[in-house]
Amino acid sequence: MPCTEADIRKLRIGDTVTLQDTLFGIRDATQIHMFDHGRRTRFDLKGHAVIHTAPNVRKVDKRGTNDSGYEAICVGTTTSDRMERFTRPLMEREGVRIVIGKGGLREGSLDAFRELGGVYLAIIGGTAALETTWIEAIEDVDLDDLNPESLWRFRIKDFGPLLVAMDSHGGSLYAAVQKSVEDRRAAALAKLGVA
Amino acid sequence: MTLMTKAGVEALRVAPEAIEEAAKLLYIRALKILPDDIKQGFARLDAGETDGTAKAILATMIENIGVAERTDNLLCQDTGIPIFNVTIGRNVELDGWALKQGIRRGTERATREHPLRSSVVHPITRKNEHTSCGAHVPVINLDFCEEDRVLRLEMIPKGSGSENGSFLQMLIPADGMAGVKRFVVDAAMKAGGKVCPPTIMGVGVGGTSDLCMHLAKVAATRPLGSRCADEEGAKLEAALSEAVNSLGIGPQGLGGDSTAFAVHVEVAATHITMNPVAVNIQCHSARRASATFTPDGVAIGF
Repeated sequence: MPCTEADIRKLRIGDTVTLQDTLFGIRDATQIHMFDHGRRTRFDLKGHAVIHTAPNVRKVDKRGTNDSGYEAICVGTTTSDRMERFTRPLMEREGVRIVIGKGGLREGSLDAFRELGGVYLAIIGGTAALETTWIEAIEDVDLDDLNPESLWRFRIKDFGPLLVAMDSHGGSLYAAVQKSVEDRRAAALAKLGVA
Repeated sequence: MTLMTKAGVEALRVAPEAIEEAAKLLYIRALKILPDDIKQGFARLDAGETDGTAKAILATMIENIGVAERTDNLLCQDTGIPIFNVTIGRNVELDGWALKQGIRRGTERATREHPLRSSVVHPITRKNEHTSCGAHVPVINLDFCEEDRVLRLEMIPKGSGSENGSFLQMLIPADGMAGVKRFVVDAAMKAGGKVCPPTIMGVGVGGTSDLCMHLAKVAATRPLGSRCADEEGAKLEAALSEAVNSLGIGPQGLGGDSTAFAVHVEVAATHITMNPVAVNIQCHSARRASATFTPDGVAIGF
């Protein structure tokens, strides 16, 4: 990472992706402050991936310039749906190309992915111990007054496999499942004896 | 008026320091080791799952349980809202205020000394004190049991993804059980993949509005394999388990048979004009830990 629009446009739902090098951690408070309160980050997120997370960390002595003073204890992924309205500004203002999360995003994000060239990669929620083994270091941190909902820069190695669950061509695995679930509702209720 | 202690029997006394140590230990342990009933629940779902993606997701979840134990790490980054369920048996002498302070201090120490992410903020200012504590948090629920000289402390770190999937409806008698069943199916659909399925779906039926939601939480955090003590409630939970798992939401909401390990129901008597129903959901990282104090010492379990 980073990647280009052309890289993103090649991805289709159902593909799997493994990321290398750099990943940014972002969450509710981070984005509320960035987009509702007008705060800016010193990080360049252009072409990058963000993951919906607030990690467990330990404060350590800084060992060099490329060191945040934090060590990762447990880094996992939170529910994306709460941050739905920030997908477009993340892409338009900051140039983000990939959003990683769990549980999926909605129609508004799917539109942003299609218009601006982005994807949503599904990671498996609640598997943070495993996910932490893909994190090499916390390289830097910004907006740290919001800790643990700071803007984190992680150095990653073989981060994945992650499932392309929403693509830049209007495809969404979540929308497909939702449609199928709605179709099954009547049968489920009938079996319960509910008209 | 006489003291309630039985003559000739030494009451169980638990020092506040022991409660503090137990609270600290249980919070950390709950975050790292899943109970055996949940592990068995994963094996059962995996054996019955027919969808390829769902099977791969379940395999990763099972792998994560092993990684957490091998690396002595947290199963999930969400340290949750700490909940302590205290059950006091007969012939137990206790300083209630000291118990409450002990639980709080143990929670703060776990957060600082491990360290853990404090996931608890003031609801209006959103300020995080980095202690996992705040007004009315840790949540402490108190109950009593018939057993002699037993004090049980159960710890549940309740994750937010599933807690945000909470629903309450003050249905009326004319809505009947049909209304209750429809509400539960629709709650499962609304929650979708956001609550980290496969879940334990807790359903409260009856009571007052607050008791109804509390019942749903009790149901969601009950061990797998346990059954509602009320016969009608037990029939309802079996029927709802089948219905919810026929929807095809699947692990992480990406499709499949494994939407819920189970639907659990708890019931309470209610008013002639009321028919309340509540849903509270526990995610697949269905974490809990317990300490049981007896005259023989303390036993740590789930």
